[in-house]
Amino acid sequence: MAHETHEQVDAVTGVTTTGHTWDDIQELNNPLPRWWLWTFYVTIVWAIGYCIAYPAWPLVSSYTTGVLGWQSRDAIVQDLDALKAQRAGMTAKLAQASVEEIQQNPELFAFARAQGKAAFGDNCAACHGAGGGGAKGYPNLNDDDWLWGGSLPEIEQTIRHGARFSADKGHQGAMPAFGRDGMLKRQELSQVADYVRSLSGLPTEKGVDLAAGAKLFADNCAACHGDKGQGNKELGAPNLSDQIWLFGSDKTVIMEGLWNGRGGVMPAWHERLDDTTVKALTVYVHSLGGDQRR
Amino acid sequence: MAHAAAAPTKQMTFGEAGSSLTFAVLAFLCLIIAAKAYTPEYAFHAYLFTAAFAASAFTIVNRYYDRPAELPPLTIGGKPNYNMGPVKFSTIAAVIWGIAGFTIGLLIALQLAFPALNFDTAWLSFGRMRPLHTSAVIFAFGGNVLIASSLYVVQRTCRARLVGDITPWFVVLGYNFFIVIAGTGYLLGITQGKEYAEPEWYADLWLTVVWVAYLLVFLGTIMRRKEPHIYVANWFYLAFILTIAVLHLGNNASIPVSIFSPKSYIVWSGVQDALVQWWYGHNAVGFFLTAGFLAIMYYFIPKRAERPVYSYRLSIIHFWALIFMYIWAGPHHLHYTALPDWAQTLGMVFSVMLWMPSWGGMINGLMTLSGAWDKLRTDPVLRLMVVSVAFYGMATFEGPLMSVKAVNSLSHYTDWTIGHVHSGALGWVAYVSFGAIYCLVPWLWNKKELYSMKAVSWHFWISTLGIVLYISAMWVAGILQGLMWRAYTSLGFLEYSFIETVEAMHPFYVIRAMGGALFVIGSLIMAWNIWKTITTAESVEEAALPAQPVLVAAE
Repeated sequence: MAHETHEQVDAVTGVTTTGHTWDDIQELNNPLPRWWLWTFYVTIVWAIGYCIAYPAWPLVSSYTTGVLGWQSRDAIVQDLDALKAQRAGMTAKLAQASVEEIQQNPELFAFARAQGKAAFGDNCAACHGAGGGGAKGYPNLNDDDWLWGGSLPEIEQTIRHGARFSADKGHQGAMPAFGRDGMLKRQELSQVADYVRSLSGLPTEKGVDLAAGAKLFADNCAACHGDKGQGNKELGAPNLSDQIWLFGSDKTVIMEGLWNGRGGVMPAWHERLDDTTVKALTVYVHSLGGDQRR
Repeated sequence: MAHAAAAPTKQMTFGEAGSSLTFAVLAFLCLIIAAKAYTPEYAFHAYLFTAAFAASAFTIVNRYYDRPAELPPLTIGGKPNYNMGPVKFSTIAAVIWGIAGFTIGLLIALQLAFPALNFDTAWLSFGRMRPLHTSAVIFAFGGNVLIASSLYVVQRTCRARLVGDITPWFVVLGYNFFIVIAGTGYLLGITQGKEYAEPEWYADLWLTVVWVAYLLVFLGTIMRRKEPHIYVANWFYLAFILTIAVLHLGNNASIPVSIFSPKSYIVWSGVQDALVQWWYGHNAVGFFLTAGFLAIMYYFIPKRAERPVYSYRLSIIHFWALIFMYIWAGPHHLHYTALPDWAQTLGMVFSVMLWMPSWGGMINGLMTLSGAWDKLRTDPVLRLMVVSVAFYGMATFEGPLMSVKAVNSLSHYTDWTIGHVHSGALGWVAYVSFGAIYCLVPWLWNKKELYSMKAVSWHFWISTLGIVLYISAMWVAGILQGLMWRAYTSLGFLEYSFIETVEAMHPFYVIRAMGGALFVIGSLIMAWNIWKTITTAESVEEAALPAQPVLVAAE
């Protein structure tokens, strides 16, 4: 029984025990390891020092501010100011220059591209992909097929005012829901779909009446997409005669578009981004695949 | 009452009558709530409560008819008559929940690498699976290990039978019922959105009742002890039980919309809510995952190594230092947020001062092996526990390091945090739990030894490889992520977009999932070994533990 202390000496280490025993477990009477104790003291001293230097203890209506006078809010303001100062010269030039002038000036162009790339990653990549590669329904910006035009002013206009987003200056016009709204019958839509596929040389279903499809196309689609399906940048109507497909070239996907209509939306970024950032984005996006050749 | 017809000496105890009546009333109340519930999900939970309460009332009355007139004696032939039934139940529950929790962890690890693996369902979405994983491993697996080991250790080190007749079973079954409510709630989309405290108000209320019962059973058994002193493991268990109760009440202070609605609103708001949340969150780490498992270490390592605890004095000093310092450290989760600077400072300096108090536990665990290091070669169970203490030391150095603001500005919100948590969770908590389970099963089921030591060895090596893959992948991923986020070009613009940093994580997420898979495999080996131990291993001739469960586990 361990009712009173029975100190023993542990045979292996030669250290005495405390004399307590619980379920055959005993405890040695080793002292605190010195290195452990001193390290503990050092952390305490360091903690006291840190508390003197920095904001630390709450008071009734304020707190101890620390002898260094450091505040996290000041620190972030300083960081941001330093960043602004670093960019200030170039940002001022960017604000003055037009997008065309930016493109002519190699130094400004490099700066705008860098700013544009960062802004693109934060604002555009979610839909258009990190490299502007696009996704289903979101245009690829690396090719030279542009829904609303690929020149610098056209790109700037699209970024600034978006597409089908705000009524004032943004691009408008969407493809009607030919099927859902009862303008064309399913059989007719099927003929148009095959005809549209034939425009870019894709195989069509056997026995389909392409002539009927062509007639329907001329009556219903050519107004926006053009006689030969070459598209119309004024209306954002895609070119149907090339190999680039916004939603896909499968007949079912085309039928889906014909039935429900199409009309992807892009925000008007001038509402969220400042003027220089929009310019930088314009230059950056243009450099990805803008139609410099025209 | 109808029971009056029973043998004259046999009487229903106050506990039996009171609890069966209470359960019957509660079953009826829950039926009403189910009928008037605002949402089908809540009705489902109310029906679960109804069924559980009705079954409890029925079981208690039924048991009364079956039991002998006398309640089990406190001692038999001068030896304590330990109550090991609830311990057995919790041990098995820990193994089952553990495998479930690890597997869900593997699933969400794979989802991060291959997002299509949520199969476009709400049920399997990361948002529901993640709390299911964390709650399953922390509260279901860890909680059952803690309950099982604490109820075992407190009896053995106090040489006293557990206090209460029905209460120990109420604690064990009630706690596991809470787990069922919490887990099914997440799957159905019921959450109050507080990390590690996701269950809604009614589940919290239920857990409060269970936890108070747990505290009473534990404290009562300590007060009934035959030993003059309280063993160090019991200090840690008591600190764990008490503090978790306080944290649970503070962080879940919420007002339900209606008794018929699962939704509630928390009374804290804004940054105060954030501070309370991380006061809770960090001390769930400190008192659930640290103090509780240190208690396990303090019993099972000396027991298994058959060596005295290294230093009594160290155990006192590091115990008090640990519980005093931990409670302040929560704000380090909120560095560089709206939390006032002074609170961030205190969170940081107390975290740094926690380093040595934490290491005190490590020293006491490791140095207890002095004179018995050779056993590591032959005993894989001891190896599991010793490696767990080493991981504890590593994680409790890394923690203070990451709490330093300069380091935190790099590590915060990155996968480094996930790596840190898992070096503690897999390496420390799970390993010391596995060690305790491997010790407990033969002791509880009166077996000479585990069915296969070789299988324990395989478990050890496979899961160690898994942990190494996991944490090294997360270190690299986290530091890479942090560096990419802060990288600026020479012109003063961010170098990488967020999505580029996500893409860069992919290979490390795959490696992490491989590590997780190995860990799951290890736990399956353990489950098989334990099953074989219970069913086929050679039993001890002399019954060292006269365990006589008074209730049969209502599984």
